Amino acid sequence: MNFTNFGKYILLLKAVFRRPEKTKIYIKAIFQQMDFIGVGSLGLISIISTFIGAVMTLQIAFQLVSDFIPKTIIGSVNRDSSILELSPTISAIVLAGKIGSAISSEIGTMRVTEQIDALEIMGINAPGYLILPKIIAGITMVPVLVIISMVLSIGGGYLGGTLSGAISAAEYIQGITTDFNPYTINVALTKAFVFGFIITSVPAYEGFYVKGGALEVAQASTRAVVVSCISILACDYIVTQLLL
Amino acid sequence: MIEIKDIHKSFGENEVLKGISGKFEAGVTNLIIGGSGSGKTTLLKCMIGLHQPEQGSVEYDGREFTQLNFEQRIEIRKEIGMLFQGSALFDSMTVEENVMFPLNMFTEQSNSEKLDRVNFCLDRVNLEGKNKLFPAELSGGMKKRVGIARAIAMNPKYLFCDEPNSGLDPKTSIVIDELIKELTEEYNTTTIVVTHDMNSVMGIGDYIIFLHEGKKFWEGSNKEIAKTDIEELNDFVFASRFMKAAKGKF
Repeated sequence: MNFTNFGKYILLLKAVFRRPEKTKIYIKAIFQQMDFIGVGSLGLISIISTFIGAVMTLQIAFQLVSDFIPKTIIGSVNRDSSILELSPTISAIVLAGKIGSAISSEIGTMRVTEQIDALEIMGINAPGYLILPKIIAGITMVPVLVIISMVLSIGGGYLGGTLSGAISAAEYIQGITTDFNPYTINVALTKAFVFGFIITSVPAYEGFYVKGGALEVAQASTRAVVVSCISILACDYIVTQLLL
Repeated sequence: MIEIKDIHKSFGENEVLKGISGKFEAGVTNLIIGGSGSGKTTLLKCMIGLHQPEQGSVEYDGREFTQLNFEQRIEIRKEIGMLFQGSALFDSMTVEENVMFPLNMFTEQSNSEKLDRVNFCLDRVNLEGKNKLFPAELSGGMKKRVGIARAIAMNPKYLFCDEPNSGLDPKTSIVIDELIKELTEEYNTTTIVVTHDMNSVMGIGDYIIFLHEGKKFWEGSNKEIAKTDIEELNDFVFASRFMKAAKGKF
């Protein structure tokens, strides 16, 4: 995103947060988007998190082959990695692909078929009506998905470790319960909140300013995913630097 | 009544509108005609605020529109109905939800009142009973009629139509034209139709502005247009063999 685009993005956000015309209609739209973003992504996030947790356990076990390191460390490392980095960041990148492309193509198609013009001529604040419910749903549902992802990733680690014989159930449970710092949850949820905002607002911006036809909508959709992923990684670094 | 004064609009180096003025009265069908690239749609978009002209003004019954900010424009926009070239119906909504949409956003009517209004508008465009269909299930002509029903749902004082006949067969075009004319006269709306369809020009053009290369080249009625000697206008109006053959009969 160059400076011109960043300026347009900020101006769009300013328009998004104008006072809604009718709160009742916005609330209904927010719940629809929460269903789409949250419930609609639950299956994908569950599968990915469980497998990542399982693979993480196996890899940590593979790398920590030493009589001086207790096996309970595998559980601890898996827990902290899942909470601090893997669940928020991997979930966000997956959601940027799934939700970001959908948001960008939906809004982009509305732009090229003059549906956004129709909203504006009716006197409706199109950025607010189309984007605000998505952002609110994103910043509420992505943290929920990240919490679920953390639980499943740690659970997946348990399954992967015990089924493969890399670690016993007792050692793994002792590992994940030892020296737990609840502050890591705050860091993860802060990341999830920021990522939820990026996943919804960046694709909405890309879709909102599409010019042309089907090809440009597709290009905007691709750009939305790429820019969202890069923004997620950059913000991941910034939030980690600030909070840890 | 809508009055435009000295509208200028450029896109980069390309000056599309070069100082266009005109008065569009209520209760008559006003047409903006011209060839492709003459600036018709750009002028329409300047009038409704989708483009910001660099110079000039647009007045809705004496209320200056171009200098207003978004919030100030809302009050005038609530009085505007617009039929888009591609109908611009909301894909995810049924016909009923499309027509009800402006009522939901801007009125405090009960559901039954809103439904009555929707049914009235759909009856008015001969689409009674099509409430539950989605835009994807409609023909081009039906989409245009739903677009008109949505445009009139709020009893607009001003009705804009951007190429209402594009992509329609001649018979359906006439139905749409007649509907626009009937609604204009019935509700005394200020109606502005952008078109290059000569059937519309001859059928419903009470007041016509002809644009050529971004300038107003001619204005008058459909009765006067057939008698003009302006070469550019004749080239546009009588471009087809049929119109050439019929020229003397208008």
